[in-house]
Amino acid sequence: MLVRMIDQTVLPATAQIPDLSCNLRANVLAAVLAITFLGGLFGLGLGWAARRFHVETDPVIDQIEAILPQTQCGQCNYPGCRPYAEAIASREAGINQCPPGGEAGIKALAALLGMESMPLNPENGEEKPKAVAVIDELACIGCTLCIQACPVDAILGASKQMHTVIESECTGCDLCLPPCPVDCIDMVIRYPDVSDWKWPKPRPVVSGTALIPDEIPSAGHH
Amino acid sequence: MHIDHAEQARTAGEQLHHFHGGLRLRHNKKNSCETPLENAPLPSLFYVPLLQQYGKEAEVTVATGQKVLKGDAIGCFGHLGSGCVHAPSSGVVKALVRRPISHPSGSDGWCVVIEPDGLDQWKELEPLTDWIKADPALLRQKIRDSGIVGLGGAVFPTAYKADDASSRGIHTLILNGSECEPYISCDEMLMREQPDSIVLGARILQRAVGATRTVIAIEDQMGAVNHALKQAVENVGDKSIKIVKVTTIYPEGGEKQLIQVLTGLEVPAGGRPADLGLLCQNVATASAVAQAVVEGKPLVERIVTVTGNGIRKPRNLVARVGTPISDLVDQCGGYTNDVARLVLGGPMMGYSLNSDANPVIKAANCILALTELDIRQSQAEMPCIRCGECARVCPAVLLPQQLDWLIRNQQWDDAADCGLTDCIECGCCDMVCPSHIPLTSWFCFGKSELRSLAIERKQAETAKHRYEARDARLLRIKQERRQRMDEKKRAIKDKAEKQKKLAEAISRSRARQDRNE
Amino acid sequence: MSRKFDTGVAPYFPPQSTVAGVMRQVLYALLPGIIVYTWFFGPGILVQILLAVIFALLFETLMLKARKQSLKPFLGDWSAVVTAVLFALCLPPLAPWWVALVGMLFAIVVAKHLYGGLGQNMFNPAMVGYVVVLISFPQVMALWSPPTSIASHSLAIGDVFSTVFTGKLPPGLTWDAVSEATPLDAIRTSLASGHMVSEARQSPVFGDFGGLGWEWIANMYALGGFWLLWRRIISWHVPVMMVGSVVALGLVAYLVDPGSNPVPLQHLFSGALVLGAFFIATDPVTGCTSTRGRLIFGVGVGIITLSIRRWGGYPDGVAFAVLLMNMAAPLIDRYTRPRIFGH
Repeated sequence: MLVRMIDQTVLPATAQIPDLSCNLRANVLAAVLAITFLGGLFGLGLGWAARRFHVETDPVIDQIEAILPQTQCGQCNYPGCRPYAEAIASREAGINQCPPGGEAGIKALAALLGMESMPLNPENGEEKPKAVAVIDELACIGCTLCIQACPVDAILGASKQMHTVIESECTGCDLCLPPCPVDCIDMVIRYPDVSDWKWPKPRPVVSGTALIPDEIPSAGHH
Repeated sequence: MHIDHAEQARTAGEQLHHFHGGLRLRHNKKNSCETPLENAPLPSLFYVPLLQQYGKEAEVTVATGQKVLKGDAIGCFGHLGSGCVHAPSSGVVKALVRRPISHPSGSDGWCVVIEPDGLDQWKELEPLTDWIKADPALLRQKIRDSGIVGLGGAVFPTAYKADDASSRGIHTLILNGSECEPYISCDEMLMREQPDSIVLGARILQRAVGATRTVIAIEDQMGAVNHALKQAVENVGDKSIKIVKVTTIYPEGGEKQLIQVLTGLEVPAGGRPADLGLLCQNVATASAVAQAVVEGKPLVERIVTVTGNGIRKPRNLVARVGTPISDLVDQCGGYTNDVARLVLGGPMMGYSLNSDANPVIKAANCILALTELDIRQSQAEMPCIRCGECARVCPAVLLPQQLDWLIRNQQWDDAADCGLTDCIECGCCDMVCPSHIPLTSWFCFGKSELRSLAIERKQAETAKHRYEARDARLLRIKQERRQRMDEKKRAIKDKAEKQKKLAEAISRSRARQDRNE
Repeated sequence: MSRKFDTGVAPYFPPQSTVAGVMRQVLYALLPGIIVYTWFFGPGILVQILLAVIFALLFETLMLKARKQSLKPFLGDWSAVVTAVLFALCLPPLAPWWVALVGMLFAIVVAKHLYGGLGQNMFNPAMVGYVVVLISFPQVMALWSPPTSIASHSLAIGDVFSTVFTGKLPPGLTWDAVSEATPLDAIRTSLASGHMVSEARQSPVFGDFGGLGWEWIANMYALGGFWLLWRRIISWHVPVMMVGSVVALGLVAYLVDPGSNPVPLQHLFSGALVLGAFFIATDPVTGCTSTRGRLIFGVGVGIITLSIRRWGGYPDGVAFAVLLMNMAAPLIDRYTRPRIFGH
C-alpha cells in the first residue's frame, strides 16, 4: 500500500525511497503528536468547563423520591418510598418495583436515570386504579390497630371510639386491611366524575370526513 | 414598574395597539343577522343541567313533584358560594336524571327535568330599584344570587370575579362586544336590539366594582351597533362610558388580547386583569346584570346564534337554559341534508356535541351545524415541517411546534417552561399548519395533564409530609419512653444506693456500739 | 326527536395550506430559473433534474417501504422532488448519471430517512448530497460547461444523454474542449496565481456584473424567491440577511483590497448565492424557527460563504455554509425564543 501511495504522487526518477519513508515517519509522528496535543488541550478545556459551568441539582435520591407516588405502601419490599429511592440510587433495587407509580412512574425513573424502561415486576403487585379505604362503621370495634398501621395517619379515631378514614389523605396503600380483626375496611375505587374530566390525547387527523382512518401516515413520533 | 402600568391602564381605549399574530377570518355572520331576535318557544320538557359553570355540579334544592315558578332556585353551590341555577319557566319538577349535559366530554351529568305549565309565571321578583345608592357589596350579592356567569363562553361566576376585582381596586370596566369568532352573532344582535340594557348593566357593574369609567369595545365593521350603542349612551347621558372600535382580527375578543389592544399592556402571566385595575365582562353579562338588579330576574335565558351551512334558516334566538337544542334547530327550519357536525360555540373554539338532545346551557353562545364539505380534510396529518407559521400567528407569542414536540414526548416540565399554561386555545396555529396537525387538541390535552400532574404532586407532597411527621412522632414517643425507663432505673439505683449507705451507716453505728460495750 | 352526530375537535374548518401545496409552490418558483439555465447552458441540466427526480423517488419509495410507512401521503408531498431539483441545479450539466445516484442516495436515504424522515432531518438533504458528490468526485464535479453563446462546442440533447449515461463524450471532442471554469473558479485560480480580480474578469465567462448567464439565472431565482415571499411560503429574514451580509462584507473586503476581492455584486450574481438565499437556506426543516434566529442564521450563512469563497478550498461555499449553520440552528433557536405574552 505504501508503494501504491508513492506511485500516485509525482516523483523524480531518482527518488530515494528510504529518505521518503523517513520523511513519512516524521510526518506521521508529527501528526500523532499534534492530535495528542490537541486532544489533551480540548480535554483539559472540557474538564475546566465542566467545573466552571457546573449546575447544582438535587441529589439523585431526592429526584427519585420526587417521582415516587409517596404511597408508603411497602409493595416494593422497602419500608417506605424514601428507602426505596435510596435503594434505586445505590442500584440495589430495580426501577420497576412500584405498583402505585405504575408504568408512568417507571418511565419517569428510566428517563431520569438514563436506563431502559421495563414492565412492572409482577412480584411486587399490579397496577390498580386509585382506591381509598373506607371503614364500615357498623362493624368497627375501635381497636386502633388500623390507626397504628396507616403510614400517613389518615385514620381518625381513638381506643373504643369510632374510626374513620380521611378520604383526602388516604393514599390507597392497603396497609390497614390486614391488621383489622373484624375485616371492616374496604378499598373503594375513586371513579372520576364529569368535573374531573381531562382532555383526551388527540387522534391523528385523517383525510376526508371518515372517522375510520383509511390511511394514517404513521410519522413515527406519535 | 407598577405605577407606570396603572397609569397606562387608565388610558384604556384612547389609543389602539396591536397584539402579536392573529388571523383575519371570514365572518359568515350575515345570514344569522338578517332576521331580528326571536323568542324560542317553550319546549315540552326542560332539562336543566346542574353543571353550568366550571367547577363542581350544583346541589339540587328542589324535589321531584315540586311546583316551581320561573326564576326559582333549583340548584346551589356549597363552598364556592357563587352562582345558582334557576328554573327557566314555571311548571313541575318531573325528575332528576343523568343525561347529556352539553359537556365537552360528551358524558352525562345530573339534570333537573321540569315540565312547563305554559303559564311562564315569574316568581316574586325582588329588584334593587335604588341600585344607584346601594352598597356595592349588596349589588354583587344580587349578581351572585341571580346565577350570573360570564356569557362570552368562559362561564366564570361574575360575582366571584367582581368580588376579587373590587378587593384589588378597579378603575376601568371593559365591556367586550368584539365578537371575533366567525359565525357567532349573538352579541351583535344584543347590541343592536337591546343597547339600553347593556349601558344600564355597565353603570351597575361600574358601581358594583368601584370603577370610574367604562369602555365598550366593538368590532370596526359593526356599523349599526355603533350607532345603537352611541344612542343608548346619549340617552343616559353618562359621560364615563366610551365606545371604542377595534380592528377585526381573530382572537381580538380574547380578554388578554383585548386589554393589550386597548391599553398596550400585557396581563402578567398567572395574573388577572384586576392586577392592572381592569375588569373585563361580556356585553351579554352586563345585560344580564341589568336585568337581575333592576328587574330582579335571575339568569334563565340567553341569546343563542343557530347558524352554519347545515341549518336551513340561520338566526338568533332567545333561548331558555335547559331547552333541547333540537327544538332550537326545528325553529330554524331544521337541518340541511348534508349536515355532519354539531358544535356548541364557534368554529375555532367550540366543542362538538354527540347529539342534539343536549340542552342549552349558560355557555351556549352559538349552535353551529357544519356540513361534510365544511369539515372535509384535504390532507391527512403529516409530520411537522417546522415552517414556523404557527409561531407567527400565535397571540400568546408561544412556539406551538416546540410545545407539540414536548407534549408528544411527555416532557411536562419543559412544556410548562415553554409557556403551555399561557395557551389560550384560540386555534390560530391549527388554521395555518400545512401539515394539518391538531395542535390545539394537543395543547388542551397537555394543559389538563399538567393540571392533574400538579394535583398529584401536591397530594404526594402532603402524603410525604404526613409520613415524615408520623415517623417523627413515633420516634419521639420511643425516645420519651426510653427516657422514662432511664429515669426509673436511675431512681431505683438511687434508692438502692441510699439503702446501701443506710445499711453501712447502721452497721458502722452498730459496730461502734459493740466497741463501746 | 333527537339526532346523533359524530364528534370532532376544534377548529372545525381544515387549514388551507398543505405540505404538497407548499412544495409545489417552491417548484413553480424555481421554473423561471431552470428555463433561463437551459437557455444559457443547454439541455444538460434538464437531464440532471430528470435523473435526480427519478432516483429521489426511487430511494424514497424504498425507504418508506423499509420503514413500513404508507407511500401515498409521503410520496405525494413532493418533498423528494424539491430535494432532487435543488440538488440537480448544483450539478454540472454533463455530470455522469451515477453522480445523481450517489447524491440522491445520501440525500434521501442518509440525510432524510435515517434521521427520521420528513420534518426530522437535521441537515439540508440536497446540500448533503451535493457535498458528498463534490468531495468524492472532484474531477467530475469540476467539468462545468460554458454558456452556449461562447462555447466552442455545445452538445445537442441526444449527445447530452449519451454523455451522461456512458460517461464518454461524442467522438472528436475532449473534456477540455467542452468544459470551462466557472466565474468563481476563474477568480480563484487567477488569485492563486497572483493576478488581480480585475484581470480575471477579462475572461469571456464573465458577464456584466456576474458570470455570463449566471447573472440572469440568479435574477430569475430571485424572481421566484419574491414569488415565494409574496405567497408567504418563506419569510424575508433569511434571504435579506444572507444577501445583506454578503453585500456588506463583500463591500468592506472590496474597499480594503480591490485587487483580491471582487465587487459585491459579483458575489451576489455568481455561484449558488441567490439560489441558496431564497431556496436552500430558507428550508424550514433545517433552519431556525424564531425570527431572531432566522436573522442570525442568514448572517451566518452569508459570512461563512464569503469566507470559504475567499480563503477556503472550494470555489463556492454556500453548501458548506448552509450545512454548518444547520448544525448551529437548534442552539440558535434555543437562545432566541421570543418572550411569551405576560412574562
